[in-house]
Amino acid sequence: MRKLALRDEILLNIEKPARYIGGEVNSVMKDKEKVDIRFAMCFPDVYEIGMSHLGIQILYDMFNRRDDVWCERVYSPWTDLDKVMREQSIPLFALESQDPVREFDFLGITIQFEMCYTNILQILDLSRIPLHASERSEEYPIVIGGGPCSYNPEPLADFFDIFYIGEGEMVYDELLDVYKEWKGSGRSRKEFLERASEIEGLYVPQFYDAAYNEDGTLLSFTPNNTHAPARVKKQIVMAVTDSPYPMKPVVPFIKATQDRVVLEIQRGCIRGCRFCQAGMIYRPTRERDVEKLKEYARTMLKTTGHEEISLSSLSSSDYSDLKELVMFLINEFKDKGINISLPSLRIDAFSLDVMSRVQDIRKSSLTFAPEAGSQRMRDVINKGLSEEDILDGAGQAFEGGWSKVKLYFMLGLPTETEEDMREIARLSDRVARRYYEIPKEQRNGKCQITASSSFFVPKPFTPFQWSPMFSAEEYARRASIVKDEFQAQLNRKSLKYNWHDAKTTVLEGVMARGDRRVSRVVEEAYRLGCLFDSWTECFRNDLWMQAFENTGVDIDVYNLRQRGADELFPWDFIDIGVSRKFLYREWEKAVNGEVTPNCRMQCSGCGAASFGGGVCYEGKN
Amino acid sequence: MKARIKFRKYGALRFIGHLDVMRFFQKLMRRADIPIAFTGGYSPHMIMSFASPLGIGLTSDGEYLDIELTAPVDSREAVERMNAECVEGIEVMSICQIPDEKKMTGMTILAAADYLISVKSGSLPDNWKNAFTDFMAREEIWVVKQTKRSEREVDIRPLVYGWEIQEDKICLRLAAGSTDNLKPDLVMETFCSMCGIPAGTVSFSYHRLEMYADVGKDGSRTLVTLESLGQDMTM
Repeated sequence: MRKLALRDEILLNIEKPARYIGGEVNSVMKDKEKVDIRFAMCFPDVYEIGMSHLGIQILYDMFNRRDDVWCERVYSPWTDLDKVMREQSIPLFALESQDPVREFDFLGITIQFEMCYTNILQILDLSRIPLHASERSEEYPIVIGGGPCSYNPEPLADFFDIFYIGEGEMVYDELLDVYKEWKGSGRSRKEFLERASEIEGLYVPQFYDAAYNEDGTLLSFTPNNTHAPARVKKQIVMAVTDSPYPMKPVVPFIKATQDRVVLEIQRGCIRGCRFCQAGMIYRPTRERDVEKLKEYARTMLKTTGHEEISLSSLSSSDYSDLKELVMFLINEFKDKGINISLPSLRIDAFSLDVMSRVQDIRKSSLTFAPEAGSQRMRDVINKGLSEEDILDGAGQAFEGGWSKVKLYFMLGLPTETEEDMREIARLSDRVARRYYEIPKEQRNGKCQITASSSFFVPKPFTPFQWSPMFSAEEYARRASIVKDEFQAQLNRKSLKYNWHDAKTTVLEGVMARGDRRVSRVVEEAYRLGCLFDSWTECFRNDLWMQAFENTGVDIDVYNLRQRGADELFPWDFIDIGVSRKFLYREWEKAVNGEVTPNCRMQCSGCGAASFGGGVCYEGKN
Repeated sequence: MKARIKFRKYGALRFIGHLDVMRFFQKLMRRADIPIAFTGGYSPHMIMSFASPLGIGLTSDGEYLDIELTAPVDSREAVERMNAECVEGIEVMSICQIPDEKKMTGMTILAAADYLISVKSGSLPDNWKNAFTDFMAREEIWVVKQTKRSEREVDIRPLVYGWEIQEDKICLRLAAGSTDNLKPDLVMETFCSMCGIPAGTVSFSYHRLEMYADVGKDGSRTLVTLESLGQDMTM
């Protein structure tokens, strides 16, 4: 029987002990004596969040297909266990073997959002791995990072040995082979890293030097080791249909956020919204074959026993065979008590028909993401959604029996005026008015329009990477303008407005476009006690502000500055295939309110065609 | 038709709570292709009920759940199929057909359960066996029983249907079910406080052995296992 790392007394006195025991259905056990490489794969947040992440399930499966590798999982111990582990000096362990992470060959950490950075330090600290890559000797695991935030890895550069830029399916095999050859060869850690840095897509931060101008901007960023390339090229899978997909994903005992089979139908997005990083870094759009997806759905429902299946992708409505796939799922599984969940669908006749079949109209709500209230602002962000689209979609939905609508907006977008802000409330009201146009006897009581806004954070590799942000006070002022405008609306009793806290927005801004100097702030914040910063109940803005003060790092330099056309950015050494020239052209068009057609309407020459496939070559074979 | 599944829960799975065990069995039914019936409506759910939830930290050799089948299964083959889809920590022991009447569900007819108790940490005084014998010899044992809403004084002695000391372990047969229900930890806590052992210095592990229904007539108690009320299915 498996022996647990934590004693009964500990497990019985913490929240949800099942987070830490492993042994779930489809988790992989191997004999550690019979593998060459032990890989600890970590999502630096609590189990239920981490277990919901598709990327880790894909890599876990892919690694464990190799006989010479055993990949296990690690998640952040919640604050209750964190305290116990520190008090009793219990090292962080992986779920499957319950062995200390320190004994592993690799610790891979997926970095999905900025507010998890202190959790990464917790993982290293509890594992008793030195926080700084430069302090790690041969006996420590190789710490490798990946995921969307590694497209600007600089605020974390000190803490990682390697960053993997791009999709994990591509060069891990090569890296593992290189590691196997190196392990036991007696050569130094540095020699291994040099060899790793020669693999396309891998970035070894310690082999690069950054120099800064007096105004705080980046002066130069150059390799200091002959093995390291000047530019690191993003790795993406072009043959998505043939790439490995987990047929037996791990099924948690406790309810994870994503407690269902997930079918990834495509990667990338044709839309080109200017605020969206995913829409740029995952270019070009690549679709999986629909027949293969049907087979996956059958197999995965059987091997997991899940009662729900969900499609996953950006802008799912753009998937060419969506109708066929959705009708298949309904016909095949609806009668077997399987729920079908359809996120990120454009609201139109087809999606309304499908939704009315898979959910209870009275209870469910429809979601629109206009992102901005005014048409001018939507043109600036290149959100190809007109007010007519929104009101028509809502109208059809209301006539179909729905009465609840959710609207998502962003505040603090580049060039935003007070008029644009107020339009958020007015557009919400016009949606409500559309509802009350339906004769009283045909409608279902009052409607509920819930509008939410988050504050926009400019991200690297987007047209808005040049854009300034605002101060926390200014964000709060903008939200209160919107709130007041909601109060002035005719249907205010049917409208509800929520907005996010502005304090984390400011921090996200610094982390998103920060450079190497920001890592000092992250480390100081962690030392002061920051942890689980994305959890409202844990977030300590006062400690973060203290960390900035203690390290002398100025938030305004990162957030409030309009960046120059030719400014060297910390992430410029990464080549995502989409050219900086294209992004700047898009930035200029944004400021002038000009829209750009989507990839299927017309190619805009972003550069992603260099990958030789996907939407760029549709109909050209 | 209705069927009753008996299973064991052991090892690391003692840290999985009752609701999660339910979720586990719902998914297990699908993986093992058990033809289970669903309720109607927009969000149909499986017709499944557990005889008695097992608290976190406890292990068991005698857990029960009743399900509704849409087609008959072969008991032996269904057990094999379920175990092939189980994990270490849950083992299906049997599946048998039970009468269709509503009043015959495990939850309704449950009357008693056996527990095996051993010291997990700390130690009992040397003369604990005599002390426990004296404790059980009492005619009344009054304790304050706390429920979510109130606390009331109850005499728990009549709810201890049987007891035995087996070397360094204690075996208790306790009232279970919706009318009278006694948890083994309440017995042991009361025993410890009567022996003058400070709370928290000794901890016990509790293992449920079996669950029973009362088939006695005219007020006399005749306990039979929930499993024995069903019939093996063969195809």
